[in-house]
Amino acid sequence: MKVLAISGSLRRDSHNTVLARAAAELLPPSAELELFDGLKAVEPYDEDDDVGGGPPGVARLREAIESADAILIATPEYNSSIPGQLKNAIDWASRPLRENALWGKPAAVVGASTGMFGAVWAQAEVRKTLSASGARVIETDLPIGHADQAFTDDGRLADVELRERYVEILDELLALAEQTQETGKLAA
Amino acid sequence: MATAQAESTIPTGIWQSDPIHSSVGFAVKHVVGTFRGTFDEFAATLTDTDGSPKLSGRAKVEGLQVKDQNLYAHLLSPEFFDAEQNPEIVFESKRIERDGDRVVVDGELTVKGVTKEVVARGEITGPAPGPDADRLGIDLETIVDRHEFGLDWQMDLPGGGKTLGDDVTLSVHVELVKQEA
Repeated sequence: MKVLAISGSLRRDSHNTVLARAAAELLPPSAELELFDGLKAVEPYDEDDDVGGGPPGVARLREAIESADAILIATPEYNSSIPGQLKNAIDWASRPLRENALWGKPAAVVGASTGMFGAVWAQAEVRKTLSASGARVIETDLPIGHADQAFTDDGRLADVELRERYVEILDELLALAEQTQETGKLAA
Repeated sequence: MATAQAESTIPTGIWQSDPIHSSVGFAVKHVVGTFRGTFDEFAATLTDTDGSPKLSGRAKVEGLQVKDQNLYAHLLSPEFFDAEQNPEIVFESKRIERDGDRVVVDGELTVKGVTKEVVARGEITGPAPGPDADRLGIDLETIVDRHEFGLDWQMDLPGGGKTLGDDVTLSVHVELVKQEA
């Protein structure tokens, strides 16, 4: 079972990239985490450019999502909403509807911010756009507030309760991925 | 007289819907208007071979007809019908009662994998001779809360209020053709 993690922040020392990476050791041994490192290279959305698999950065994104059994998005919050480049990537991945990489894809959204609310509004917006794209989105969020103090030096969540909630979200995501695979097998 | 008996009983035998002269659809409040859709691919069967009439119907979610392809895709997505996981809407009656041209059907409706009891009311006409075989008309309507079936999508309107209503009116108008025994 492969989980593709996408951090919505491009910054080198991003808290959300740390949060995405932290999922690796919380997943069961049957699952592996792949961190998508091509978000910055996703071209600006333009329907005129959406021919073939799309421009190179987009093609890479779409292939990464398609080859994953589930996706995990860790989003920061910019001006109470989704970072532009993450929204741009979701917009590309959503086209065309019903044949898109996100269609039926199990997805979970988590988020970190240095404020006290932990990107809770951005997470809701990402869930909304993923759902509108046809993904199967877990409702539970994981707001990591005061992100500059939330992680240990080796990149683990310091708070045990938050770590347990993260495990619950990942378990739910994998269960959904298994269920989706089973139904797919029955339909095939 | 045979006609007097026909007005208070469900005819026996096997009756199947004529797809051309039948329709299955829904209506739901949208902002200030009413949004309607129909299901193009469906089949209904009325069977009474043992004294207990049974009406069953199945509609393919992919047969949904709406006027915009993005809306079509959205309605088939997990936010609404989740067509890949739940390709059909199914109805099975448990009880049918006829009183003249009035009919009440109790049964189980399955949408998006969730089965709920519903009571549908409407009119029944015939049977009467058709060009090929005897035909029976049944028009039924019921109102369901879409949230009971997990169709929970909603969007706040920018000026306040909600985009989509909760109650959905389901309508079935079928012309059933008697099958040869």
